[in-house]
Amino acid sequence: MSLSLATPDTDIALWLNQQTEKSLLRFLTCGSVDDGKSTLIGRLLYDSQLILDDQLASLRNESRNRTTGDEGIDFSLLVDGLAAEREQGITIDVAYRFFSTDKRKFIVADTPGHEQYTRNMATGASNADLALVLIDARKGVLTQTRRHSFILSLIGVKHVVLVVNKIDLVDYDEAVFDRIVAEYRAFAEPLGFKTLAAVPVSALRGDNILAKSERTPWFDGTPLVPYLEAVDVAEDRSAGKLRFPVQWVNRPNLDFRGFSGTVASGAVAVGDDVLIASSRKPAVVSRIVTMDGDLQRAVAGQAVTLVLDREVDISRGDMLSHPGETPEFSNQFQARLVWMSEEPAYPGRSYLLKLGTQLVPATITDLKFRTNVNTLEHTAATKVDLNEVATVTIATDKPIAFDAYASNALTGGFILVDRISNATLGAGTIEFGLRRAQNLTYQSFDVNRDVRAQMKGQTPRIIWFTGLSGSGKSSIANLLEKRLTAEGRHAYILDGDNVRHGLNRDLGFTEAARVENIRRVAEVAKLMADAGLIVLVSFISPFENERRLAREIAGDIDFVEVYVDTPIEVCEARDPKGLYKRARAGEIKNFTGIDSPFEAPSNAELVLHGAEAEPLVLADQLHAWLER
Amino acid sequence: MTSGSLTHLQSLEAESIEILREVAASFERPVMMYSIGKDSSVLLHLARKAFFPSKIPFPLLHVDTTWKFREMIAFRDRMAEQFGFDLITHTNADGVRDNINPFDHGSSRYTDIMKTAALRQALNAGRYDAAIGGARRDEEKSRAKERIFSHRNESHAWDPKNQRPELWRVFNTRLNPGESMRVFPISNWTELDVWTYIYAEGIELPSLYYAKRRPVVERSGTLIMVDDDRMPLAKGEVPREELVRFRTLGCYPLTGAMRSSAASLPEIIMEMQASRTSEREGRLIDSDSVGSMEKKKQEGYF
Ligand SMILES: Nc1nc2c(ncn2[C@@H]2O[C@H](COP(=O)(O)OP(=O)(O)OP(=O)(O)O)[C@@H](O)[C@H]2O)c(=O)[nH]1
Ligand SMILES: [Mg+2]
Repeated sequence: MSLSLATPDTDIALWLNQQTEKSLLRFLTCGSVDDGKSTLIGRLLYDSQLILDDQLASLRNESRNRTTGDEGIDFSLLVDGLAAEREQGITIDVAYRFFSTDKRKFIVADTPGHEQYTRNMATGASNADLALVLIDARKGVLTQTRRHSFILSLIGVKHVVLVVNKIDLVDYDEAVFDRIVAEYRAFAEPLGFKTLAAVPVSALRGDNILAKSERTPWFDGTPLVPYLEAVDVAEDRSAGKLRFPVQWVNRPNLDFRGFSGTVASGAVAVGDDVLIASSRKPAVVSRIVTMDGDLQRAVAGQAVTLVLDREVDISRGDMLSHPGETPEFSNQFQARLVWMSEEPAYPGRSYLLKLGTQLVPATITDLKFRTNVNTLEHTAATKVDLNEVATVTIATDKPIAFDAYASNALTGGFILVDRISNATLGAGTIEFGLRRAQNLTYQSFDVNRDVRAQMKGQTPRIIWFTGLSGSGKSSIANLLEKRLTAEGRHAYILDGDNVRHGLNRDLGFTEAARVENIRRVAEVAKLMADAGLIVLVSFISPFENERRLAREIAGDIDFVEVYVDTPIEVCEARDPKGLYKRARAGEIKNFTGIDSPFEAPSNAELVLHGAEAEPLVLADQLHAWLER
Repeated sequence: MTSGSLTHLQSLEAESIEILREVAASFERPVMMYSIGKDSSVLLHLARKAFFPSKIPFPLLHVDTTWKFREMIAFRDRMAEQFGFDLITHTNADGVRDNINPFDHGSSRYTDIMKTAALRQALNAGRYDAAIGGARRDEEKSRAKERIFSHRNESHAWDPKNQRPELWRVFNTRLNPGESMRVFPISNWTELDVWTYIYAEGIELPSLYYAKRRPVVERSGTLIMVDDDRMPLAKGEVPREELVRFRTLGCYPLTGAMRSSAASLPEIIMEMQASRTSEREGRLIDSDSVGSMEKKKQEGYF
């Protein structure tokens, strides 16, 4: 019993040719925990004689005290490559294994059945053409069987083999097999798989893997491996519309400018008119460059470098297509989302979205419904938890080029990444783009401070600097603004200079005018914070009750009072604008610190000692306090 | 997914090129590990193709343990000259000072200091945020579990239980300060794919891969080539000439030779097809215990 290894006794070139001509089938195993997925893959590797003598010896050793078949081997040990997996006897992450027969090469992804690791199953499914859905004959169709099947349909795996495993444990009973197959077919009907075969096997004992088993004389289908060798999954992506995502601008010198990328679908030839998705500008392909020489034509799957006939503005993330067959180019679409993080997805949250070579900030604008994996029913929801599937609308900060996932997986599948931890949180498949007219959900979507803050990836706040003239408020505020901006935050400074000359031009320096001045500044600061900004207010604001007023106006917005405490002697010695001198000379009346009091704050969130350190140090201190 | 008209090797090549370009486009300071072996040679060839007509836009890093086969070093320098890539070499100076060697300190301590620690030093010194390596998933059980873009924390450690999902060809290349990425463009190649590609593309390899009469001694069943006079010989032990070749290349005292008369690529491929042992068997560091590779990776080994 063997998959028969090639014995190259003929001309090596001929044999090598045969090797490269073999077609490749990528498949995965999935299903509920302990259904025997890893055992089955281990069995396939063993039977195809891929387990070499040195590996076999250590395997027999490790298999002691474990469930083994006649060979004395626990086949799951061949695939469960992590220490934690062998200890717990479960699969945690995908294993990619390779084997080949005379007819085909196979890359198999063995995925975990455990619900907690569903994301790793999705990883395995995303590059597969076919799935083996395993079922323990004793247990039948389980929730996890359904969840995995649903994810298969969502990811677009179109070919399924239902492997009813452990048939040895139900005495090779035909009735059990028939019942499970009928139940699964009924469930899978709406999932729209193109092919669905079923086979009763024992992974442990090898029944119906390579050849028909005598223990299941009632089974009239094809055993597993011969089926995998023959099943037709070919989808000619070269026949589709041209999609060329620009990955890297190739610019070795001033005389050469090429656009490197992999043809995602369709084909491109020298002389073709192409259109750039972002600018809608046309160009003609003048060369298709590779190190092996220029090509006349490149097809789906080929990694090439295109040279165009004219200077056009193209950068990474752009997409080229043929005119009249352009991808969607929009900043809103509807998608199905599989959530892969402990932290749920909420509408209004902002993430980074990566689709092909495009990376943009994006927000879930509406959660339409969640899909129950057992019944496939739609239920209303306010969030998407780990391992759940939901239908959502997403808005990106700027338009991106895409297709519906059903028509092109490579230009319709995306991931969402956390803006702080950079973890991959979820994966999505685009259903269709939303144009403005269709965009009712977006209109009705509640835009509030949280949503705007999320989009900016920050907590809006008012940071209110108080202190004498020349104490260093503005210097510190400026340095903090620079630092925040460098970190990608959105901040804005309000100070005497930009307020007194405009908004408060009508106000003088009477008691009432001073209060009105502060009131207006506080109201503007509040509006800006409500828009999601971090507002730095730098005003002397010498009176306790003015500052209290500002704090009251801010309401539930985070209000941070920062007292820049610099002794009057130091401020007067600095006198950057010559104001102290003029006040001493009596040219300015009511000057704080000279002939008007400064009420030192008693409840400031932070005190910075302006005489003791450079503004840069103080700004860092404040920044650290804000980050704490 | 199936890509109709390309052969198996062509699609593997294209996939690897796409990954290499993604690295160049997404990271600030990428580096490519160059170990001079056959996988590195394939990687180098792929990198030349990926960026043609530009030069490879990142340096190649060789961690020199000072115990590599002499021919490997000469070959390395010749390749750098021929293809004009930027070559960086790094040796753990502390290890050299303490005269750390595989004979007196044992293979695992030696490897820790001259390979693992040296690699960490080199990566930290260059502040590289992405290091490209030639590991393949078919090499070993824990490698079969690793992502193509494999995330490492501040101390270069791999967390196998918490890998980022990696769907389609959409790679999450985002990092926080201090973190880095290991990238494996030939993850999906098998050993046979590598050999057939080398044959098809006419890639030059160090001649150590081809059978030749070489001076060897036998140590606990493994043939070790006496590459220079630093190799301590037991009393009465005399190197003898044998017709051997190497399946992998590394530090000569730790790399087992195999008796073989395969002096050309077709012969090697045929011999490999009939072989009943794995290529890692020739690497003494992996045979210590089950799970040893996973442990090394958690500690920052490539
Ligand atoms: N009798 C019998 N036992 C089997 C068969 N297939 C698998 N087993 C046993 O079922 C148990 C679980 O097998 P695994 O291969 O680890 O299951 P799995 O589906 O990979 O599990 P996860 O990956 O953790 O979801 C092991 O003890 C196997 O020996 C079979 O056909 N017959
Ligand atoms: Mg398993």
